[in-house]
Amino acid sequence: MNAGVALLLLAIGGPVLLALLARSDGRAGRVATPLVFGALVLLAWQVVCAGFGVPKILLPTPSEVALAIAHHVPMLAADFMQTVVRSVLPGWLIGCGSGLLAAILLDRSEFLRRGVLPLGSLVSAMPIVGVAPIMVMWFGFDWQSKAAVVVVMTFFPMLVNATAGLASTGAMERDLMRSYAARDWQTLFKLRLPNALPFIFNALKLNSTLALIGAIVAEFFGTPIVGMGFRISTEVARMNLDVVWAEITLAAVVGSASFAVLALIERTVTFWHPSFRT
Amino acid sequence: MIRRAAPVAVVMLAVLVVWYAASVWLNYDTAANLADEGATRWQIVGDTMRLDRPLLPAPHQIVAEMITSIFGYPPDNPRSLLYHAAVTAYAAGVGFAIALALGVVLAVGIVHVRTLERSLMLWIIASQTVPVLAIAPMVVVVLGNIGLRGMLPKALIAGWLSFFPITTGMVTGLRAPDPMQRDLMRTYSASGRQVFAMLRWPASMAFLFPSLKVAAALALVGAIVAELPTGAQAGLGARLLTGSYYGQTLQIWAALFAAALLALLAIAMIDLAQSGLVRRRGGRL
Amino acid sequence: MAAELAVVAATPPRAETADGAPVVRAQGLSIVFGSGDQRTTALQDVTLDIARGSFVSLIGPSGCGKTTLLRAIADLERPSAGTLVVNGMTPERARLARAYGYVFQAPALYPWRTVERNVMLPLEIMGLKPEERRKRAARYLDLVGLGEFRRRFPWQLSGGMQQRASIARALSFEPSLLLMDEPFGALDEITRDGLNMHLHELWHRTGMTVVFVTHSIPEAVFLSSRIVVMSPRPGKVVDVIDVELPATRDLDLRETPAFLKVAQRVREVLRAGHSYD
Repeated sequence: MNAGVALLLLAIGGPVLLALLARSDGRAGRVATPLVFGALVLLAWQVVCAGFGVPKILLPTPSEVALAIAHHVPMLAADFMQTVVRSVLPGWLIGCGSGLLAAILLDRSEFLRRGVLPLGSLVSAMPIVGVAPIMVMWFGFDWQSKAAVVVVMTFFPMLVNATAGLASTGAMERDLMRSYAARDWQTLFKLRLPNALPFIFNALKLNSTLALIGAIVAEFFGTPIVGMGFRISTEVARMNLDVVWAEITLAAVVGSASFAVLALIERTVTFWHPSFRT
Repeated sequence: MIRRAAPVAVVMLAVLVVWYAASVWLNYDTAANLADEGATRWQIVGDTMRLDRPLLPAPHQIVAEMITSIFGYPPDNPRSLLYHAAVTAYAAGVGFAIALALGVVLAVGIVHVRTLERSLMLWIIASQTVPVLAIAPMVVVVLGNIGLRGMLPKALIAGWLSFFPITTGMVTGLRAPDPMQRDLMRTYSASGRQVFAMLRWPASMAFLFPSLKVAAALALVGAIVAELPTGAQAGLGARLLTGSYYGQTLQIWAALFAAALLALLAIAMIDLAQSGLVRRRGGRL
Repeated sequence: MAAELAVVAATPPRAETADGAPVVRAQGLSIVFGSGDQRTTALQDVTLDIARGSFVSLIGPSGCGKTTLLRAIADLERPSAGTLVVNGMTPERARLARAYGYVFQAPALYPWRTVERNVMLPLEIMGLKPEERRKRAARYLDLVGLGEFRRRFPWQLSGGMQQRASIARALSFEPSLLLMDEPFGALDEITRDGLNMHLHELWHRTGMTVVFVTHSIPEAVFLSSRIVVMSPRPGKVVDVIDVELPATRDLDLRETPAFLKVAQRVREVLRAGHSYD
């Protein structure tokens, strides 16, 4: 009954509090409102699970998840090493790098670009995670096959975005470089690549999420006994949902942290772009 | 038309050539081991394209596999690829419909209610950076524990995944009208509902359709991945998983191609809807 | 275009001048944007009457507050101090009563509507019957010479045609007051001359009140019965010049000494109010 009262209070008090916070115009209100919302969701989750006795095998409380994180630090660290450092990072670097290189090469030939680009954007829209079982077959159970999935998943978004970026240079700017009799590589490095940076960063950010998804899903198809995807699928089967949520928390932190880091680098590198000027 | 088709055709031809070369190269050792004593090099090369479990099947083998598994069995037979594709497409479609309804409603709320905007927007953007697909197995198992099995859990994951691009696309679209277009409505002292119906909604369509395409692709991925942890009874994800267990590479590739075809079909349908709207708007979205 | 005007049986919303009250009356009007360090005074202590049936141009360099004044009349900006009365009401009441039509710097046509449906937009909002909407749209599109383009989409028309469509849209609900914010600023000189001639005839026919923001001296002199000269930092009115030229004008008027004299006077006031900082 107490939980019912608490939930009722949250259901009425929460929105009122948020509405009051949202009315303030300052920086504090802008930052506080979403944070308070997040805290309220966690609180409601805790109250519902603990108060109404929701079994742990359906939904553990946030405090149980926090305990699971605290208890399994070495395991989480090992999974992080396997999935993020060994699979995602090399795969993402190779995929993005080769995508960018391919875009620069494609840029030399109008014919090739018109042939590859429609196919590239088509492939980008396809469920590429499906290549995971094939990669496991080709490269074995360990991180190599996961990195390969990540390479395939990240290559096409980078190719498509970077090509669009390289093509986005205005005719006037190109004519200016022409009037200086600049060589092709000079035009590339002084004009077209800098101009394409916002597009490239878009692909890098999109790919950071895709890479994590690719590596985790690829682990569902077979792994050595370590890795975030492996842990999620086995612990789900063993009904240890608090550990599963601990892994999910880790994945969420890794995902948003890498996005934030990339966004920060983007801000410093492309500060001149209209979207960052105030 | 020819000017646009020719480069694509050439590139596709090049992909095919590379593919055949790769399949000969990758399958050569297997074929050589299986070949009779004294088989010539060219016989082995021919064999590389006839293996039952090739490392990389030749394109015509995949096509043949697709044809037999689509037309070889009645569509309700679990050996029919069509059956599995339909199972996945159904879940993805239901999920997509849920996401569309929820995403549009939420976007309208976010644009009109400041509390919603301030509370939710950050989380919606943040959640796009999180690998939500990782929770798929858990959701499927947990929902299975409380008696929800079959299509619905998969549809929920597909919907969850495709809901974010629709919401953010719609929020951007509903906010797209520039100050002058909004001032114009103000000079007519139009009501909030009129501004929505005559300005915000029509302006948002140009943003809705691209995000619908992203969402459809994601819905398909969600449905396929959600099929992995259930013991894989039906669906393209199940075909991928059983194919991977038993080393049936042809089955994997056929399922993969079927998934790609489904994605193409979904995008083509959205394109069709879009071109209908574009026609009504005289050639522009 | 004059011929087209002659055949159109427009019902001029000519305001009766029985009460003789000004359409717009500003007294000690000030508008301040921002706060703290970023405070800028866009408009300072403006007192101005705009008589019914007159054509008043607001002219001055960038940042002199001419657009701000127009937007305040339209209730798109809120006065910080002073009073502003439009048609004997507060600007907000006037806006709610749909007392004026507004023409922006850009056509601001909605790209998903045909030209005709763009012109019908305010009529839809005001709840006119479909039949009446079509009739009015046809009348005002003919008036601006776009009758045969009504089924086209805005982006299929030239810039000048788009701006004419936006004028038809502002006229369609027959307001007695027309507010125009540099409507021809983005057009080439030849198109601009044509539209000036057009607008002059329209004003002459309908007898409505027009407030017109511009930074072109010839345009202001050609069109106006009064010119309000403004200066920047802070935006204020430096002079009000009555244009004593014949009521019906054509483009040749611009070569006459009388015209050049008024233009010269406006230029001198502008120069005096502007220190080229």
